[in-house]
Amino acid sequence: MYPRSFEYVSPGSLDEATSVLASTEGAKVLAGGMSLLPLMKLRLFSPDVLVDIGRIPGLSSIEDRGDHLAIGAMVRHADTASDSLIGEHAAALATAASWTGDVQVRNQGTTCGAIAHADIAADQPSAALALGATMVAASAGGVREIAASEFFVDTLTTALEQGEILTEVRIPKQGGGSAYEKLGRRGGHTDYAVAGAAVWLDVSNGAVSSARVALTGVGAKPTLAEGVVEALVGTDGSDAAIAEASERALEGVTVLDDLFGTVEYKAHLAKVMTRRALQQAVAAAR
Amino acid sequence: MHVSLTVNGQRAVTDVEPRTLLVHLLREELGLTGTHVGCDTSYCGACTVILDGKTVKSCTMLAVQAQGAEVTTIEGLAANGDLHPVQEGFWERHGLQCGFCTPGMIMSAVGLLSENGSPSEGEIRHGLEGNLCRCTGYHNIVRAVEYAAAKMRGEEPPAPEWEEGSA
Repeated sequence: MYPRSFEYVSPGSLDEATSVLASTEGAKVLAGGMSLLPLMKLRLFSPDVLVDIGRIPGLSSIEDRGDHLAIGAMVRHADTASDSLIGEHAAALATAASWTGDVQVRNQGTTCGAIAHADIAADQPSAALALGATMVAASAGGVREIAASEFFVDTLTTALEQGEILTEVRIPKQGGGSAYEKLGRRGGHTDYAVAGAAVWLDVSNGAVSSARVALTGVGAKPTLAEGVVEALVGTDGSDAAIAEASERALEGVTVLDDLFGTVEYKAHLAKVMTRRALQQAVAAAR
Repeated sequence: MHVSLTVNGQRAVTDVEPRTLLVHLLREELGLTGTHVGCDTSYCGACTVILDGKTVKSCTMLAVQAQGAEVTTIEGLAANGDLHPVQEGFWERHGLQCGFCTPGMIMSAVGLLSENGSPSEGEIRHGLEGNLCRCTGYHNIVRAVEYAAAKMRGEEPPAPEWEEGSA
């Protein structure tokens, strides 16, 4: 299946890429292409121009910047999954990356691409949300930072504007522990999430001092589960406290049914995944 | 657009439309029809090739993205008429029935064994999660990869299951 014809541009620098995007109507950014190219092959989407950022130097590294880690636009899922810094400071994201797609998809697709695409059942957007990530967007007009809590707007829709490239995802080095749990559509952890939960939390003096919980697969976008946090913070993080808090996972979330589950089933799964992820994160934070 | 890349050790230079997928460059421009187009939706893995040392789905990559890359296809595995150990494993352990998924399965297995020379059964199954086979139920494919792994380590492959207990 061939996509519709398009013009292909392979800029050598970020400045060149943003200036092409600014001056070309209907231009779309191509990174790994694992979400974009299937849509183009099915002709659900037919951009006039593709701007391939894959050959721009300097976008493929994971850097330790002291108070945060910076994941560049061309860092592949496989690199995010296996990187020791990510494993140490952002275990939820490492796990989410290791369960994204399959081996070949992880070799080619990018973490920033998955986050910018914002599929409702993707793994890494919820991990970025739970970890309190900051997205860095570059355009011809300059660079701006967008908090993860402001980034995911709706189904396949983010705060990125036409002409902007997600050049970097920053994960704060915030201590505590994080975890990601899901049930995949093909069972186990394989394929998109039927439902999944990403968690970051910190423990001090034997009590959960702060937390963020994000769900994927259940609603129109990755969503913070504020009710869980409200119920959990201040408790001892025991299994009983976690079980009680997890019951509040869907407060404020409109659960959508789809081919992979009814509303009731997905709501149940989301609570189970929240509970499991919380247990792992508490163990990691202690 | 002008694309030049190395395929199975040979330099290939060709002109393609930007929308040409890597798999079509391989099959239609270079005549390397061992790489199959299966589902065409990025699920089945029949089109798997090794690009700069990593397995990728060549139906979900533009040929122009492979500019300057080194690509290995199923045609590039056998050397001097000798099957690659993974090919030999599929032959010896009946790792195929209709054979349609086989080129992609073999390339994924080669990719897996290049990173993990002694995979467990679970690691083999997980390592092949991006490849679908609708005939075999995967069982003999796993045995074929175990055979290849042993061969590549210089060890005697495990006996086939149909001979176990018959001695």
